[in-house]
Amino acid sequence: MLEGILRSDGRKGIRNTLAVAYLVECAHHVAREIVQPYRDAGAQVIGFPGCYPNAYAQTMMERLCTHPNVGAVLLVSLGCESFNRFQLEKTIAATGRPVETLVIQRAGGTRATIEAGRDWVAAQLPELAAAPRVPMALSELVVGTVCGGSDGTSGITGNPAVGLAFDRLVEAGATCIFEETGELIGCEGIMSARAATPELGRELTASVEKAAAYYATLGYGSFAAGNAEGGLSSIEEKSMGAYAKSGKSPISGLIKPGDIPPKGGLYLMDVVPDGEVRFGFPNISDNAEIVEMMASGAHLTLFVTARGSVVGSALAPVIKICANPETYARLTEDMDVNAGRVLSGTPLAEVGDEIFDLTLEVASGRQTASESLGHAEFILTYKSFEPIGPACLPV
Amino acid sequence: MPPMTDQPITAGLLRLAAEDNVLVATGPLVPGATAINGGGEMHLREAVTLGHKVAAKAIAKGEKILKYGVSIGSATEDIAAGQHVHVHNMQSDYTPTHVLSETATGGRDA
Repeated sequence: MLEGILRSDGRKGIRNTLAVAYLVECAHHVAREIVQPYRDAGAQVIGFPGCYPNAYAQTMMERLCTHPNVGAVLLVSLGCESFNRFQLEKTIAATGRPVETLVIQRAGGTRATIEAGRDWVAAQLPELAAAPRVPMALSELVVGTVCGGSDGTSGITGNPAVGLAFDRLVEAGATCIFEETGELIGCEGIMSARAATPELGRELTASVEKAAAYYATLGYGSFAAGNAEGGLSSIEEKSMGAYAKSGKSPISGLIKPGDIPPKGGLYLMDVVPDGEVRFGFPNISDNAEIVEMMASGAHLTLFVTARGSVVGSALAPVIKICANPETYARLTEDMDVNAGRVLSGTPLAEVGDEIFDLTLEVASGRQTASESLGHAEFILTYKSFEPIGPACLPV
Repeated sequence: MPPMTDQPITAGLLRLAAEDNVLVATGPLVPGATAINGGGEMHLREAVTLGHKVAAKAIAKGEKILKYGVSIGSATEDIAAGQHVHVHNMQSDYTPTHVLSETATGGRDA
């Protein structure tokens, strides 16, 4: 049995973070300075950089500021940006979380806002640290997975090992989310055959076809130079490796960023915007994907890397699974799991079990490598989505 | 799918599915006779690094490259058994692969 912090919506958190959220890039520095003395005491920066309004960004910030791992929120506004801070503050306050908005243009500028923000944070942190823990079932846990810096080892070691861990988590009633439809190109047929209903299967296929068309317009696949250096030659080869993270469970539904899965099971997140190509690449770096899974309630992320990503995340811990044994030897301190040892005789199932066990430990409070190194990356950019259709969440 | 890694890996080359025409290097490999996991061996024509692919048999230009039992692209030239298979002799059937010329050949030159 895990231990979590009960929130007013019934969900439970595995961390109790104070989020300091800037509502336009112009307020980013002030937010960062407010957090600086309290980085090791549970305060983290999140935010949205744009000045133009965007329904997706508004929804994402509302979901993130009311994420089960978040215990209190300080909003930092410049004052003239378009972001609807009033609605965001109202949404947070309705959950019973402590929330305060500081507007730099009214508070007297940079220095005065930083001082006011630090006073507020200092007053909140002791209460967050003292929050009571309650029993939490595995069926209340939401786990996301992402891969970044993949290479030819990813699809043989780290990704299928996460797939085995996902199978055990789903079996135990947990909610698991995999994503990046642009890295499932070529897998749509075999993936759709795992859908809970034929109608959902068609939605899964359509989401990958949308991704293929979107990336074709952009002229690049979801593929970085380092992928090729490590032996991957095409997006469909990378996709087959990435797909292995999903394991073998039936697929219960298709969600979009911010949709909360209604029950335990395995879900695909469609991260490619709807409509014409407008705001550029769907996810400009790995953390954008982690942020979207957090917005759908993910408590933690299983991150498979091979070239050697070092990132963590604000709000939700990241477990770093290293697929490549050469990379693990170079970046040992940044990694939580050495999946590359599969290439020297360790059974894949042993690594899958290790990931499952570590997921439970991290959910119970154990720090991950990226947490202990102070990583708290966060990125949110413009997108637009249509709501999911009725076939996406079969009853 | 999923990859055939149920049995422990002890050899230099890995076959992920019976129908595959490429094998995967489980570590840095030098030219010469190289063992295949699960039995057999093949003559490697050039050095490859970890995670890179080698032709398990002769592959003609235009033929599909099969890995994990599925197509991962097409050969852009004739490839001999034991040769490195990568962006210099195969391509995606979906979107072009972006590479940095300084690092893309890493499997052959590193």
